[in-house]
This record gives sequence, C-alpha cells and structure tokens, in this order.
Amino acid sequence: MRLKTFPGGVHPHDYKHYSASVPIEELPLPQKVIIPLSQHIGSPSTPLVKVGDEVKAGQKIADASGFVSIPQHASISGKVSKIDIFPHPSGTPQLGIEISSDGSDNWVELADDPNYLELSPQEIRSRIAEAGICGMGGAGFPSVVKLSPPEDKPIDTVILNGVECEPYLTADYRLMLERASDVIAGLKILLKILNAPRGIIGIEANKPEAIALMQKLTAEDSQISVAPLKLQYPQGAEKQLIYATTRRKVPAGGLPMAVGAVVENVGTAAAIYEAVRFRKPLVERITTVTGSIVQNPKNLKVRIGTPFYELVNFCGGITGDIGKIISGGPMMGVALPSLDAPVAKGCSGLVLLNTREARSIKERNCLRCARCVDVCPMNLMPSLIAQAVKGNNLDLAVQAGLDDCMKCGSCAYVCPAHIRIVQWIDTGKQRIAEQRASNK
Amino acid sequence: MKDKFIVSPAPHLHDRTSIPNVMWNVVIALLPALVFAVYYWGWRSLWLTLLGALSAVLTEALIQKLRKVPVTISDGSAFLTGMLLSYNISANSPWWLPVLGAAFAIAVGKQVFGGLGNNPVNPALLGRAFLLASWPSLMTSGDTWIKTLSRPFSQASINGISNLDLIHQNLQTVAPKAYDLVTSATPLKVAQTLRDSSFVNTITSSDSLNSVISNNIFTSLFDLGTLQQLFWGNVGGCIGEVSVFALLLGAAYLLWKNIIEWRIPLFYIGTVFVLTFFLGGIKGTGYSLMLPFFHIFAGGLMLGAFFMATDYTTSPLTKKGRVIYAVGCGLMTVIIRLWGGYPEGVSYSILFMNVMTPLIDKITMPKAFGRIKK
Repeated sequence: MRLKTFPGGVHPHDYKHYSASVPIEELPLPQKVIIPLSQHIGSPSTPLVKVGDEVKAGQKIADASGFVSIPQHASISGKVSKIDIFPHPSGTPQLGIEISSDGSDNWVELADDPNYLELSPQEIRSRIAEAGICGMGGAGFPSVVKLSPPEDKPIDTVILNGVECEPYLTADYRLMLERASDVIAGLKILLKILNAPRGIIGIEANKPEAIALMQKLTAEDSQISVAPLKLQYPQGAEKQLIYATTRRKVPAGGLPMAVGAVVENVGTAAAIYEAVRFRKPLVERITTVTGSIVQNPKNLKVRIGTPFYELVNFCGGITGDIGKIISGGPMMGVALPSLDAPVAKGCSGLVLLNTREARSIKERNCLRCARCVDVCPMNLMPSLIAQAVKGNNLDLAVQAGLDDCMKCGSCAYVCPAHIRIVQWIDTGKQRIAEQRASNK
Repeated sequence: MKDKFIVSPAPHLHDRTSIPNVMWNVVIALLPALVFAVYYWGWRSLWLTLLGALSAVLTEALIQKLRKVPVTISDGSAFLTGMLLSYNISANSPWWLPVLGAAFAIAVGKQVFGGLGNNPVNPALLGRAFLLASWPSLMTSGDTWIKTLSRPFSQASINGISNLDLIHQNLQTVAPKAYDLVTSATPLKVAQTLRDSSFVNTITSSDSLNSVISNNIFTSLFDLGTLQQLFWGNVGGCIGEVSVFALLLGAAYLLWKNIIEWRIPLFYIGTVFVLTFFLGGIKGTGYSLMLPFFHIFAGGLMLGAFFMATDYTTSPLTKKGRVIYAVGCGLMTVIIRLWGGYPEGVSYSILFMNVMTPLIDKITMPKAFGRIKK
C-alpha cells in the first residue's frame, strides 16, 4: 500500500518503544494542582474564584474572556489556596489558580445524555465551549472557534489527527487503542455540527494496531475512513496533514477552513465526546512520561494542573542525571528549568533527556549545504532566514519565508553546522512583529 | 539530581550529522582515486596529495591564529581542499606545486572571505587556476603527463602500446613540428589537436598517406578501447581525475551517505553528453557515436561533477537552482572543450557557475507552501 504523505520532512528515530506498550494508568490524586489561566491560543481566562473558596472537581473557576478564549475548571476538589504567577509548561511563568486537595475528589454533577447526537448544533457548540476544550495536540486553539466557521466557508472534511509524529510520545496512540470508540464518537459529533460529509482519521504507519482498530470500528461507516500515513516528521502538522489526506493546500496565513477542512487531535475528539454527552469539562488528559532515564516510562491519565514532579515520581523517578526536561515532544517541545510546571490541556508528554542526549554542539558557519531547504515542509529557505535575521535584514527574512515558518524544527534537526535555525527564526518573528506594530 | 538543566530552544533532537562528518566522508570517497593514482604513477602521487592537504591545513591554522578565531582544522574542510587541489595536478609535478596551490586556495580562496561557508568560489579550483596562471607549463605541458603502459587494465596495453599512444605517434608523423606532442598528452589534448583547423588543413593538403593516418587517429581515438582505458584511468592526466571507475565508486558512497545530491552530477554530465552528442563532431574530422562517451569519461568531468561542482558553499540552495547550475556547468565545459583555447574546461566552468550561484539562488527562491505563484 502506498502511504500518503507531504513533501519535505525528516525521519527521526521515534523512541516510542519506551512507553508504546504501556497501558494508560491513572495517576493518584495530587496534593495540589495549578490551573494556568492561559492554556490556549487567545486571551487568558478570567478567574471566578478567590483564595479560600471551596471548589468541586469539574467546577468552573475561570471564564472565557472573549470569543477566542476558554473557561477553566477545577480538576480536583479542595480549596483555592493561591492565585499567583506559577511555572508554566510554556517555559514562561503565568497566572494560575492553585487548588489544595481535600482528598475526597468530590465532583460536580455530571449528566448522561445518550441521545446527544439529536441535540442542535448550537447546543453542542455551547457544551463544547462550556467544557473549556482547546486543541490537545499542543497548539491549543479553542475548539469552539474551529467549529464555528463563517457561512461562506462550508466544511466538507473533518480530519482527526492521530499522527503523533513527535518522537517519544505515545499518549495519542494509547488513547486510540484504549478509547477508540470515544474518539470515533467525538468525530461523529464534529461531522454533525459542521454538517460535513467526510471524516478522516490520519494515523502514522508506525502505529499499525491503532490503524487496524480504527479501520475495524469504522468499517461500517461510509462517512469515516482511516488514512495510514508515511512515517515522516512533521506529518501531524495541520497543513501537512491536510495536504497528505486531501491534497489540498491551505493558503499561506490562512486557516484550514479556507480549504473546507477542520482538524482536531484525537484526544480533543474524545474530550468533545465526553463534554457533549456527559457535560464533563476538560479536567484530565493522557500524558506520556518517558525518556531513557525515566525508571518506568508510562502513559498517565492525569488531572490538568498536576505538577510534573508528581508524574515523574509515579514513574519511579529517574535513573541518571537529567540533562533536559522537555514539555511536549523533542522536536517542538519546550525545555523547562524545573519539574514544577503543571500539566496543561496541551501537554501530550514529558520527555526527560540525560546529559549526553541533551548536550549541545557549538554553532558553526553555515555551509550552505541546503539540507534545511530540502527538508523544509513549508518550502522555505531556513538557512537564509536565519542568516537574514542575524544580519537584521528582516525584509530578506520575510522573502525567504519568515512568516510561513511553523517552527517544526526539521531544518535544525538536519543542520550539520548545528545552527539554531528555529531560535533565529523565533527572534525574527518577534522583531518583525514589533516592527509591524510600530508601523501601524 | 542536579538542579540545573539545559534550557535551549527546540528541536532537542539532531540527526548527528556534523561538518567533520561530511568533510571526512568526502575525503574517504576520494580515496579510491588515490589508490589508482598510486597504482599508475607510484607513491609520488600519494606524497603530492599529502603535501597539498598538509599545506592547506597548516595555512588554515596559521591564518585562524592570526585572525584570533578558533582553529577548526580538525573539521576536515581544509584537508579536503588541499586534497582536491593536489588531485588537479600531474603526478610528475615538483613538490612545491601542491604546497603553494593549497596555501593559495585556503588563504585567498577561503580565509580572506571569512572561512568555511563564506567563499564565493571553490577554493581548490581557485588554487588550480592560480597554478595554471602562474606555471602554465607545469600545469599543461605534455611533459608532465606520465603514464605507465605496463598495467594490465586495457586490452590495447597488453601489447605494450595503447590506442592513445598510437595516436600520439601518428600525430607526430603528421605534424611533428607544429604540435609539440610527446608520447603522453591527455586524451582531451589529442581531441583538441584533432579539431584544430590548421591541423585539419595540414591533413587535407597532405598526401594520401597522411589522410589514412588521420583516419586511423580518429577511429582509434573514439573506439571502445579508448573508453576502456578512460574508464580504468590508464591515460595521461591529473592525479585524481583519470580513473572514472574509482571516482564513480567514491561518488556512489557519497550518494548513499546522502552527502551529495544526484541533481548536480546527473545534469552536469548529462548536459555534456547531450551537447557533445549533437555538437561533438562539428569541428572534428568526423563523427562517432563514441564521441559523447569519450567526452564524459575524459578529463576532469567525473571529478568535477561529483566532487567539485557539488561543493555546498558554492552551489545553489534550491533543487531547481542546482539543475540550472549543473546545466550551466555542462554548457560551459562543452564550449571550452570544443571552441576554447584550453583542451579541458571543467574547472573554469565550475568557477564560472560558482560566481553565478547567488544570482541563481535569487531567481529560484521558492514560493512557500500555500503561497500563490506570481
């Protein structure tokens, strides 16, 4: 079978063997959680509680502050002990609400609504919005925004992203194996509210069991198909996934809806199912804790806001010196200064590298070998952008593709001169944003 | 547990390639050609190659010390430049020729521009151009091309004489004074002589005996025996350029290792093949289907196409650009070979296209995924 894919990309070793065969385990209730007010793209949520308030698990503690925003919920029951700046999985400390557990895990009332598919699209959307759901694959785009396309942009294809192209991570894989029917139910909800005729579940070829299971469960469904995809990074990047599965190219600077597509992560689909059927807010997710120095790498079901050290301790601690703590995958994840940051809605994994794996090699002159150009999935000239940013020539940087870069890191991955291309591009993006803001 | 961790930007993985890895692999890929050189011309070819490499490395170290920048000679790039420079001289050269050439290549061809990655043209080829301009006789005269006949590779040489030697002898019979040919000119020099108009006049104005000889020359130059000789490298030429077989072996290694990309060599050699297929006979005394094969096997084309034109720094960044660049190299090579003053045009063609590279990069700047082509 010829596998679908996109042009460019790289083939890193996937390191998924550490945790791929480990079934999901539930992490015991943490002593405290820190619910960041910013876990998504858009404006931070507005707190609804104050220090000292008693809260139940699932209770809304912060509200959406606009259309592109989401509410936040308490993930455990207990007392609001602090509202302050806390470590954040993005690396930059952010405002959050700390809840100290009362140990009882007392929930708000959830209601089962087995006829959820008969609800009006409007009602379904409001349940998704109320549940505080944003993309759980990493970017964290509020789902309800994606699911409310303007009239003139009909959606004909909903793509579920089960690619999980980041090395090490296996959370989505385990979810697809263990909660396949929830994922499919979530997809059906999406198809219904968007009135879309076609659903595609994209899964990378290194997960044959997940592909087989999804194919089996959707065999009777004429609307839904499974697309096995070539093992190639960044297969799970939104535009690349849309291209691989539909051959449509999202215009530069545009959203998937411009080509009639909506993409949601498989974890998000499962959360949407729970939100619509049980009105359960997004207060827990599956996170992979892995790496060569993690004693027992695991896929954990954790409450949002649980500090990372709780996860590492539950995995038996570490067996060597930590060189790097990565929130997310090793290609696009963020290196954190400590294990104090909490799990946010988009945290698909925690990867610990040892000192040897984390060692960095000195940046040298660009050889112009063009490997970065060859692998860039966005068809840019990464080395030229980096060079232009270094020389503060932002016009040239934009010409070489600064605005189109999604920072997948393929370029830096293959660079023999070890140039921090993504870092330079990031710097360039910041500078151009400042320049454009001051020109307005 | 330590309390300090590395906080560096993503990606946190790397495919483990490095500059030394690339450079030393190219050096490895060049070794088969050196083995053949030693086989044909003795240990002198090895010493000359090492002298060139050593001179390049020392020059780089010295200049980096003077510039007060980190000394990076262990990355192999200077060694490679020196080695390639030596591959472009005769095994009969004096010892100081590769030393001076390599020093010039590194100093003027590379360090002046800021070192690795900043040179506008291939340093080794610039070094060769410097030697050619300064000591033309040492770089081109027939005296410098030594050749051993006692090697068993080609059918013709079993009898102690090869096609090419036969041709040289014939040429000397036809025009002993006008052409200062000794027993071992390079094959391309012979071809150049054949297409020279005054030579053609000599033959046509001479008696029938001479035209028989010239006919002989032509048929024996462009026959399978010659190609065989060229393939194994049993011909006059520079240290590293003669054995097509050895060079292809190294090229296959580089392609397999993903260090070079196929576009430049394929389009370069392909252009030379196609152009000489159509134009090769225009100025010669006749035409043969062997002509295009002769042109891709002879001279420095294999060395140039796989090891010099593919130099990262001086070739274009985009795939489309590489095709334009390679076709340009092929075009220039054929023009120089068929109409130029030199018998061989590979090094000047590559230098010329090196200079065009920034322009090619500019016109082939790709449109980002999802952007409308203007």
